[in-house]
Amino acid sequence: MDFPSYYIDHLAGGRLIIGLIASLHVLINHPLAVGAYPLLTWMEWWAHKHNRPDVDQLAYKITFVVFIVTTTVGAMTGVGIWLSTSLFAPFAIGSLLRVFFWGWFLEWLVFITEVCLIMWWFLSWKKANTPEKKRKHIKIGVALSIMSWITMALIVAVLGFMMKPGDWNQTRAFWDAMTNPLYAPQLGFRTFFALMTGAVFVWFASFFFTKNKAYLRGWLVYRLSHVTLVSLGLTLLFGTWYWGRIPDVMKANSSVALLTQQFMGWHDQFRSLLGWTLICFLLIAIAGLSFSKLVPRWALLIPSFMGIWMLGHFERAREFMRKPWVIGEYLYSNGVRKDELAFLQSEGILKHSTYVKHREVTEENKVECGQDVFMLACSRCHSTTGLNSVLDKFALMYGADKPWDSAAMTAFLSSMHQSRTYMPPFPGTSKEAEALVAYLQQLRETREPLQGAQTVGVSLPKNETKPVQTAAR
Amino acid sequence: MLYDILANTPIPRDLPLPLPVPEWLLIGCLVVFFLVHILFVNLMVGGSVLVFITECLGWKNKRWDALAHEIAKTVTVNKSLAVVMGIGPLLCINLLYTIQWYSANALTGHAWLLIVPLVTIAFLLTYLHKYKWEAWADGGWKKVHLGIALLAALLFLCIPVIFLANVNLMLFPSEWEKVQGFFSSLRIGNVLPRYLHFICASIALTGLFLVGWFGRDGFELSEEVGFTKAELRRIFYKVAAYVTALQFIAGPVLLFTLPSAGLSTALYVVIVSGALLGAFVLWLLTLEIRSSDARIGRLYLVICVLFSAVVLSMGTGRHFYRSAALATHQALIKERTANYEAALAEFNQKLASGTLPAVEQTGAQIFVNCAACHAPKVKLVGPPLTEIAKIYAGNPAGIVAWATAPGKKRLDMPQMPPFAHLGAEKLRKVAEYMLEEGRSK
Repeated sequence: MDFPSYYIDHLAGGRLIIGLIASLHVLINHPLAVGAYPLLTWMEWWAHKHNRPDVDQLAYKITFVVFIVTTTVGAMTGVGIWLSTSLFAPFAIGSLLRVFFWGWFLEWLVFITEVCLIMWWFLSWKKANTPEKKRKHIKIGVALSIMSWITMALIVAVLGFMMKPGDWNQTRAFWDAMTNPLYAPQLGFRTFFALMTGAVFVWFASFFFTKNKAYLRGWLVYRLSHVTLVSLGLTLLFGTWYWGRIPDVMKANSSVALLTQQFMGWHDQFRSLLGWTLICFLLIAIAGLSFSKLVPRWALLIPSFMGIWMLGHFERAREFMRKPWVIGEYLYSNGVRKDELAFLQSEGILKHSTYVKHREVTEENKVECGQDVFMLACSRCHSTTGLNSVLDKFALMYGADKPWDSAAMTAFLSSMHQSRTYMPPFPGTSKEAEALVAYLQQLRETREPLQGAQTVGVSLPKNETKPVQTAAR
Repeated sequence: MLYDILANTPIPRDLPLPLPVPEWLLIGCLVVFFLVHILFVNLMVGGSVLVFITECLGWKNKRWDALAHEIAKTVTVNKSLAVVMGIGPLLCINLLYTIQWYSANALTGHAWLLIVPLVTIAFLLTYLHKYKWEAWADGGWKKVHLGIALLAALLFLCIPVIFLANVNLMLFPSEWEKVQGFFSSLRIGNVLPRYLHFICASIALTGLFLVGWFGRDGFELSEEVGFTKAELRRIFYKVAAYVTALQFIAGPVLLFTLPSAGLSTALYVVIVSGALLGAFVLWLLTLEIRSSDARIGRLYLVICVLFSAVVLSMGTGRHFYRSAALATHQALIKERTANYEAALAEFNQKLASGTLPAVEQTGAQIFVNCAACHAPKVKLVGPPLTEIAKIYAGNPAGIVAWATAPGKKRLDMPQMPPFAHLGAEKLRKVAEYMLEEGRSK
């Protein structure tokens, strides 16, 4: 990657921040924007049709909550994914923007429409006081529900593309990227997951506004339970289809990864989590159908938290299965392209990078070079001493209390992508691998955290003769 | 001189993917989208400041308080539009100035990331402020209410500094090496004059917007506001006029503190003609302020159109400066990228012709994948070959089966990762090699 390296040592380089922002965004977007808008619009329509102002009032109050959350935390975490990714992986977001320009542009137009519609819908609710105005108002809600779903549909195309770019790497065509084979199952999975969790959210929110209105509450819960049940079945269906469609390579990779010791427990956890989550939703939905009065408010939090947990794991698994790629078969997760790998291994990654202290490894500058190699090749996934620390990884192999053999470590670097198939191959010369090992050995002694460009800035090679064409200008 | 600058200027490689749309179109989109975005940002920032000021005036005189409430209702809408309209220009600048933009982001990284929580908090505060207006109308709660308005306004005043630091820093790659964190980036270029110019524009534009907003047909002022439409028009015309007059100081300060890197005749022509038009608008504003209650507002549309032209000329000038300041850098990046890609293509061609026909790998060669953990005689990460050869004597298929799906046998060693992806044939070869080696040692 030829950008200054933003890097936070204790948070696995900063990756955790993207993860947290993105998870929060998905957790708001799915149940509230995609799931709740259609349900609330349906409530408004039903209230209008059967002349039930109490249902309309309730829908308005829940919409207020959704409105506040989606236009603040929801909107800003959406922007936040972009801002944090552009800091942490500018090579990835930069490449994706060039390939997916029209997708993103379209997404922007839909997003503008969505924001205008939510403001229009919510802020004009009380002004719709005649049947005619009310009918128009309901149509705004319908349009908003559709737009929210389209926003998600476009973003899912980008996510699916990153996992398997279809024929994109041959044709580089936008349309190919949009119609990749994982698209439909993932979109279906997310749509019905959103409806399922959205229904439970509306149910939960209604508790706050129906304290002395048992009849109204019962009326709503009975219907929401139906939505939950149907969505649950379809979530399972699309979820299964999605896993079946994950390309063989990715699947093989994920099984390799999942079998390694650190992911073994995680994998088991994921399976039981999926089962328990769906069972929780099932129980709640059945209870809602028959004896909803006995379901306390806190009970709804259980399937919701399970849903959050499960989706978190789903996103993590999706991100993990993508490895070692950030764009399948084109760009590795450390910003090295597939087609430049052999070139860099032969010529050296330092030689072709801008923000390094030295371009040639010598005995004197070995450790400094090693640090730059670490920043270029490893720092997008590993920290020095914090989360996912590179020292911990070597300690697992060679023992935390024993001396580590530098020659063995260098040998390991050259073949690590064979034993750790989720890692990109080492993108440098053997001298650079030695320099990296020298840095790691010193790091083991000093345990001095590495600072990113946002703190210590960048440094360029000193006393370097500039290329002729530059000087001539 | 130029050589010295270049010697300290990083010339990185660009992403090799082509731009998805023609460059001229992206530039046009960038200028226009950005102005739309900044319009709503101005209304958000200026609005939140005016809300606080008018609410303070409302402490003694309730009709100002009611006016403040009316302005607050516009801020919560404009702030959502400011965010959503920001995505388009961000998309364009990411594509046009990939290297410079992302580099500036990374160099001011922590501040750049802080935008997300700071804006979220500011938004939540504006909602709290708006929806608690009636509930927190008296006594101590009113002070809390005012405090929230102040806090929101201060946040809205601080956040633009981060954006300005980035658009400023991206222009001066020769200075990047001097930057160590967000605050040091403020010393480069002319962030402060830019900021003052921006704040003045925010207040002036919000004034002009509110003239139209409160003066529009069909808008009925509530009883308690107690201002006539003409009064409100005059008040906000004055706000727009006074602050626009200030721009005739802030503008030249900004222009004359610009580093020489991007100055050009075209820039001066655009900016000066914009300023002349601005002076004319100022004259129209004073005409409006002085006209009678019955006639005030008749020039509103003309003023808005001319004001847009002023803003467009400033936006164009801004782009002229940026493209001139970065022209050399862009050209050098293009050259470096082309050179790199050419060398890469040559290398890959040689590689493709050199490796054909493929030579079959021997067991010893494949064993490189295993050597990081298995040494001939000593225990590294896993057991040595001598030990393996004893366990699997005469049973290479056993090694293949184990390597395809390893279990965990030894408590003192980490579990071996599976090597199924090498394929049974290669694993068989390497197993035979290992037995051979282990026996002979």
